[in-house]
Amino acid sequence: MKFRVDRDAFAEAVAWTARALPARPAVPVLAGMRLEIPDPGSGRLRLSSFDYEVSARAAVDVDVDQPGAILVSGRLLAEIARNLPPHPVEVASDASRVLVTCGSARFTLLTLPLEDYPRLPDMPKVTGSIGGDAFGTAVRQVAPAASRDDTLPMLTGIHVAFSGDSLTLAATDRYRIAVRDLWWRPAQADLTASALVPARTLAETARALVPGSNVDIALSTIGSGGASRGEGMIGFETGGRRTTTRLIDSEFIKYESRFPTEFDARAEISTAPLTEAVKRVALVADRNTPLRLSFTQGEVVLEAGSGDDAQALEALETKYEGDDMRVAFSPSYLLDGIGGVESETAYLNFTAPTKPVVISGVPSEEGGRPDFRYLVMPLRVS
Amino acid sequence: MSRRQLERGAALRGVVGPDGIRPLAAAAAADADCHILHIDMDAFFASVEQLRHPETRGRPVIVGGTGARGVVSSANYLARGFGVHSAMPMVRALRLCPDAVVFPPDGAAYRRASEAVMDILRSVTPEVEKLSTDEAFLDVSGAQRRLGSPVRIAELIRHRVRQEQQLTCSVGVAATKFVAKLASTHCKPDGLLLVPTEHVTAFLHPLPVGALWGVGEKAEQSLTRLGLRTVGDVAGVSPETLRHELGHALGGRLAELAWGRDDRQVATATPDKSVGAEETFPRDVDDVEVIHREILRLSEKVARRLRASGQVGRTVVVKLRRADFTTITRSRTLGEHTDVAREINAVARELYAAAGLERVRLRLVGVRVEGIADAATAPRQPTLDEPETGWREAERVMDQVARRFGAGAILPAALVNRDDADV
Repeated sequence: MKFRVDRDAFAEAVAWTARALPARPAVPVLAGMRLEIPDPGSGRLRLSSFDYEVSARAAVDVDVDQPGAILVSGRLLAEIARNLPPHPVEVASDASRVLVTCGSARFTLLTLPLEDYPRLPDMPKVTGSIGGDAFGTAVRQVAPAASRDDTLPMLTGIHVAFSGDSLTLAATDRYRIAVRDLWWRPAQADLTASALVPARTLAETARALVPGSNVDIALSTIGSGGASRGEGMIGFETGGRRTTTRLIDSEFIKYESRFPTEFDARAEISTAPLTEAVKRVALVADRNTPLRLSFTQGEVVLEAGSGDDAQALEALETKYEGDDMRVAFSPSYLLDGIGGVESETAYLNFTAPTKPVVISGVPSEEGGRPDFRYLVMPLRVS
Repeated sequence: MSRRQLERGAALRGVVGPDGIRPLAAAAAADADCHILHIDMDAFFASVEQLRHPETRGRPVIVGGTGARGVVSSANYLARGFGVHSAMPMVRALRLCPDAVVFPPDGAAYRRASEAVMDILRSVTPEVEKLSTDEAFLDVSGAQRRLGSPVRIAELIRHRVRQEQQLTCSVGVAATKFVAKLASTHCKPDGLLLVPTEHVTAFLHPLPVGALWGVGEKAEQSLTRLGLRTVGDVAGVSPETLRHELGHALGGRLAELAWGRDDRQVATATPDKSVGAEETFPRDVDDVEVIHREILRLSEKVARRLRASGQVGRTVVVKLRRADFTTITRSRTLGEHTDVAREINAVARELYAAAGLERVRLRLVGVRVEGIADAATAPRQPTLDEPETGWREAERVMDQVARRFGAGAILPAALVNRDDADV
C-alpha cells in the first residue's frame, strides 16, 4: 500500500479513529488501527479501530499509488500524526514495515498481523437522523447523571427511547435522574424502540461531533420485529464517520413515576448568575460537604463550609413561591442539574426539604413539560 | 528497672504496701478507687519485629537507623541487658552488644500492631487516651460492673494482648494518671503494679525527683540546688517555696504531684481515627461459612460501636491472618459514610472473597472502619429509591433492645446459636 495525503486531514482522521482504541487491549491486535485502500479508483483511505465493544470508522481523501491494507499500532500512529510538520504526508508499506514520511521527518513502524484482526460489525440500517448540535447538547445534559460504577452496568448507560418523532434520553446513578426530550426525524413514522447505550461512548461521540453536522442513528434491534433485544448495537454516522457500540443488555428503571407531579414550592432563578454563585460558594466545599440553600420570599442564600473550616455565603434575587425552605445538596449534583438548563431562567421545584427536588428549564409552552428535567435527592444534614 | 527484672527472672505482679512491693494476691486487692490504668507496651518495636522474625527469638534485637549516624529507637530486654537503650547511637549499641539483630524501623507495621492493641483497649472501655503508638491511659470506672475490678481488667488486657497479638505489656493501676504511669514503668517488662491510694506516698517519696512529671534536666538542677533529691524531699517543702523557686505553674504542680495528687482526666477528646474489632479463633478456621459468620459478628460489633459513639466511617478494612501469621489487609472506600452493620458486612465479605483466601486456614479475622466522621455533622446523600425507614433504623432499634435486655438479646439470625434456638 502506498498513498500521499494532506497532513491535517490525515492527522484529524487518525485522531478521531484512535478514540475507540482500547486502553488495555484484550488481545494485542486490538491496539492496532486498520488502514485500507480497497479500490485504487476511489481515492479514499479507510481507517478503523475496534475493541469488541466500540468500533470507529473514518475515511479521508488520498492520492493512491498502490491499494492495500495494513494494521499498525494505533496509539503510536496517532501520536506521530499529531506531531508531524506541516508538509504532505507519504505512507508506504512493505511486508512487515510502514514508512511515514513528512517533510524531512521519517518514521518506520512495524505492522501487526492483519489476518488476526477481527471483522468490524456492520453498521445497522439507519433508523433516523437528528441535528448534531441538538443531539450533542442533549447528551451533555444527561450524561453527568450516569453512574461511573461498573458494578451496576445498568446505571452506566444512557437510556435512549424512540417514539415516533420524539426521542428521550435519560440517565441515573440512583442519586439523581436527568431526562431530556427532543425531536428527531425517524425513517419510519411509527417507530417505537429503546436502547441502553454506554454513557462513556455516547458522551465521547457527542464531543467529537462537528458543529452544524447531521447524525444518522442506526439501531440493530429494529427490523427484526423489535421483539428480541439480543446482541443489540447502535451506530452513529456523521460526515462519513461511523461509531458503533454494543448496547447494555439490561432493562432501564421506570423513572417517570419518580418525578413528582405536584409541588409545594417553586423558585425561579436566572440560570447564569445561579451557576456562577454555586460555583463560587462551592469553592469552600468538597465533594461530600453540603451546599445549603435557604429560600425566602424574593431571595435565596447559598452557603457552604462551617465552624472550623472556610466558609462562603452569597445571596441571589429570586422569585420564590411557597413556605420558607432550607435544603442542602452535594455541590456537584446541584451544578450538574443547573448546568443542563438551557433557558435563561431555571426552575427549582420542591415538595419537602428531604424529598427529591426537580430542576428544569422553562417549558416552551405555559404549563407544558420542560425539555430538560433533573430530579435530585438532597443531602440529609442533621 | 530492666536490670532488676532480669535478675528477678519473672514477671512482676505486685501491689505497693506500706513497706515496699508485695506479690499481688488475687483476692482483697485494695483497688476500688484505682480506676486509672496506664498500659505500656514492652520494647514495642523490637517485639513486633521479633514476632515477624521468629528466628530472632532468644537473641538481642535492636530497631533503629542502620546508617552511620543511626540511633536506637527500641531494643528488646536481652539487648538492654547489655546496656543498650533507646536514643543511643547505633554504633555504640553494637559495640556493647555485637550479636544483636538490627532491624530498620517499619512504621506501618508498628502502627498496625498499635491499632490492634488500641482496639483491645477500646473494647474494654471507650475511655482510652492514646499517648503514643505504645502507650495509653484508660479510665475503667465505667467498665467495672461489666468486667470486674481494675486489677482484674488489667489482667484481662494483659491476657488479651498476649493471646491476640503475641505481645507483652506492663500495666500500672492507680487513682491518678501520674502514679499509674510511674507504676507501669516500675513493673516493666510484662508486669502489673497496683498502687493503692493509701500507699501512694510510700511508693512515691523514695523516688528521685526526675520521676515527677514535668521535671527535666533544668528543673532537676534547680531542685538539687535546693537540696531536694527525692520526691519525698519535694513533698516536705512548702508550695510557696516551690513556686518561688521554679515558677508559679511548675512549682504549684510539683507540690501537688509529690503528694500523688493529679487531677488530669483521661482525655478521649481526640476523635478515633478508626473503629475496629478482630477475633483470633481458638483453632485455625478454613470453613468459609464460619468466616462469613465471624465477619458478620465483627461488622455488627463495629457498627454498634460507631453508633454508640455517634460516629460514621467511609473505609472498610478487612484483616486476615493465615495460620503461619502472615497477614493481609484489604480495604475499600465507600461513596457514603455509614454506621450500618449490614453495609459494612457486605463490603467486608466482598473484600474477603476478593482476597482469595477462601478455604485458606485463618488464625484471625478483623473488620475495621476508617475515615471516621461525626455522625451528627456528616451529611448523608440518600438515594432516590431509599425507603424512609430501612436497615439504619432497624439497627438503631436493635441497639435499644440490647441496652434494655442485654447484648445477646437480639442478633442477626445467622449469629444465633442453633443448638439453643432450635429446641
